[in-house]
Amino acid sequence: MVRRSAGGKVSVIGRRDVLLGAGAATLVAALLSGAKGAAAQDKPNGWEDIVKKLMGDAKPVDGKIAIDLPEIAESGNTVPFTVTVDSPMTDASHVKSVSILSTKNPSPLIGTFHFAPEAGKASITSRMRLAGTQDVVTLAAMSDGRFIMSKRMIKVTIGGCGG
Amino acid sequence: MSVKPRIKVGDVKAPGDVVEVKTVIQHVMETGQRRDGAGKLVPRNIIHTFSASFAGKQIFKAELQPGISANPFISFFVKIPAAGDMELVWEGDENLKVVEKVPVKIG
Repeated sequence: MVRRSAGGKVSVIGRRDVLLGAGAATLVAALLSGAKGAAAQDKPNGWEDIVKKLMGDAKPVDGKIAIDLPEIAESGNTVPFTVTVDSPMTDASHVKSVSILSTKNPSPLIGTFHFAPEAGKASITSRMRLAGTQDVVTLAAMSDGRFIMSKRMIKVTIGGCGG
Repeated sequence: MSVKPRIKVGDVKAPGDVVEVKTVIQHVMETGQRRDGAGKLVPRNIIHTFSASFAGKQIFKAELQPGISANPFISFFVKIPAAGDMELVWEGDENLKVVEKVPVKIG
């Protein structure tokens, strides 16, 4: 609808001003109150920092870690996983620990599992919560000081972190 | 909240066999991130440590975070050189401690 009268134009501009003003106010309110919540969801959850803390100055090397995960998890509340690291598990050469990290959960570390050589096999099976489709990172610390890192993508239909 | 855990140790046919140990314990594993109906944060209540020893030596230890699902299922492997006792310990928030002893026989 086009209004040619000067009064009409003025009224249109007036409404725009009101809308702009309202939009700006909403934006400011969102920045003030909602910034924290939005940041927690969209920004990285800091899993890289935890990897750095676990590894120190070491650089991860190639090695055999098998991460067994479903292709698609229907519920993020219980996602079964098995992580197996190829190792002879002798006193001289064994896996000391395996850490599992989520790249999207509000708290990135899922768990750390420590092994003695007497375990005979460095393998762990459990179930985790995942907030949504993401990469799952596994970091294995070896007895000789090396670290092996591996990453797997998993699709999650319904996130499992509540709220 | 917690009840007796369920434990299954694989068959040891000969000394030196590596067997799988499967465990489940009932627990809410409350993350501490969830809010109740009134909008208040529900305090964290999880099992944070699980450990397994055989013949007095610790073989396996798990440090669990809220990212582990409710009723945590944990399965791992142990090499059994001779018959002996396996001790499994679950420790959690609110002073939870569950200790189970499982005799392991050969053959």
